[in-house]
Amino acid sequence: MDFFIDRLPLYLSGAGTTLVITLLGAALAFVLAMVVGMLGTLRNRAARAVATGYTETFRGVAALVLMYWMAFAIPQLTPYEIDPVFAAVLALGLNVGAYGAEVVRAAINAVPRAQIEATIALNMSWWRRTRSVVLPQAWAQMLPTFGNLVIELMKATAIVSLIGVADLTRVAQEQRAATGETIAAFTGALVVYFVIAQLLIVGMRLLERRANRRLGRLPASDTGLWALLRPPPATAIGGGRR
Amino acid sequence: MPQYETPLGAGPGAGGPLIRFDGVVKRFGDNTVLDHLDFTVAPGERVTLIGPSGSGKTTILRLLMTLEQVTDGVIWVGGEPLSHMPKGGRLVRANERHQRRVRRQIGMVFQQFNLFPNMTVRQNITEGPVHSLGVPRGEADRRAAELLEMVDLADKIDAHPTQLSGGQQQRVAIARALAMRPRILLLDEVTSALDPELVTGVLDVLRTVAETTDITMLLVTHEMQFARDVSHRVLMFDQGRIVEEGPPEQIFGDPREERTRAFLHAVLD
Ligand SMILES: Nc1ncnc2c1ncn2[C@@H]1O[C@H](COP(=O)(O)OP(=O)(O)OP(=O)(O)O)[C@@H](O)[C@H]1O
Ligand SMILES: [Mg+2]
Repeated sequence: MDFFIDRLPLYLSGAGTTLVITLLGAALAFVLAMVVGMLGTLRNRAARAVATGYTETFRGVAALVLMYWMAFAIPQLTPYEIDPVFAAVLALGLNVGAYGAEVVRAAINAVPRAQIEATIALNMSWWRRTRSVVLPQAWAQMLPTFGNLVIELMKATAIVSLIGVADLTRVAQEQRAATGETIAAFTGALVVYFVIAQLLIVGMRLLERRANRRLGRLPASDTGLWALLRPPPATAIGGGRR
Repeated sequence: MPQYETPLGAGPGAGGPLIRFDGVVKRFGDNTVLDHLDFTVAPGERVTLIGPSGSGKTTILRLLMTLEQVTDGVIWVGGEPLSHMPKGGRLVRANERHQRRVRRQIGMVFQQFNLFPNMTVRQNITEGPVHSLGVPRGEADRRAAELLEMVDLADKIDAHPTQLSGGQQQRVAIARALAMRPRILLLDEVTSALDPELVTGVLDVLRTVAETTDITMLLVTHEMQFARDVSHRVLMFDQGRIVEEGPPEQIFGDPREERTRAFLHAVLD
């Protein structure tokens, strides 16, 4: 325990790096997922081809290899060096974005046809329909899977430790090497990863609850910390009358 | 008068029928649902479509709302083609832009209400006017309040659709359609998803609309008394063709065709 308390600042700074890479990677993945996912629902063939091309390419690529490629191959192919953190964010964002795009596409396609017909009867434009009706309804459907993807992305950030970034995993390795306290060094990292994951889960639950409340699927009374720590009721996820 | 209230499509055909089906064919695969259907509806006229299940009533309304596209023939609204558009002296299939412009005049109320669950009642009613017609927010809100007053749901303006009964949802859906100030209102069995005790409230609202506006209505209903009270004309369909048409007193009181008689006999029992 003393081992860990003494090194808390080191672990916290590693955790900070891990969290920053997670959030940047998630932001990139989110933007890619939304744009590509929406392209995949269009009637335009070219748009759909772009969407398929992206998802098929980056779903099948290991984020680790992609990161290595950007960190080591790009400097040889071009006159540019890529910052290791940037390489990791790019690799993780592209990879997770490909999974996210499928989630977005499926959620948009799951919005009932009757809702679309109501927007036509109100003469809404494609953009207005998407903005006001399709995305808000699809959003509630996307969030649970997005939550899983964010956790996966967070855990995958450990790959940056392999190209010299002092993230949580790297800190643990260095402390083990410096002190030989293998058990303490890695247990500390596990605990901090767990705490970060819990923070992300609670954040995602908050978003989910808000989304479900907006669809009138959750009673306003179901609040409080305890409610946040358990999964939303099954009916709130895909069910409910729509 | 605000600009969006200006009657649309008042062109060369104004003065003639408001709706005209001209040789309309609709097929789903090799199932021919409408086979060279011709009929017209005059401005302000209220027409009820009756007929057995599968006779094509819903399809007619959906074609008018552009939820389906014709296989052949042309649908005219206010003297302008809806299914088609003029190009180089000929009629070609309408693009989205043309359809959006012409269908501005048309509103629809659905059997299953189709309210937006992600919006309050107020937003459901104002979203179309504000974003499709460019009505200022304040004016749209005032109009929403008025319409909710009319459908007797003024206190539900901030409720979510899930907090309303089916009958209340349907009344909101009627208000939502009327907020677009349509010249034509399409009503497809708007009470048939409701519990029996909720039907009267919805029909009363529609009676008010019929009495106090000159909106042209095309309605499909199994409520024969209601159809008799509000419609000027009844069209009896079978297998995508008009079997018989006439004023409601005649169709319901003294049908000439055997198929009409059989149909009425079956539904009235
Ligand atoms: N989207 C579709 N795809 C294939 N067939 C369809 C489709 N919509 C309607 N049909 C067919 O078209 C025919 C007419 O259907 P329509 O819904 O217009 O009948 P209806 O007169 O409204 O009947 P009901 O009284 O049961 O509502 C039916 O045979 C139906 O199966
Ligand atoms: Mg029908």
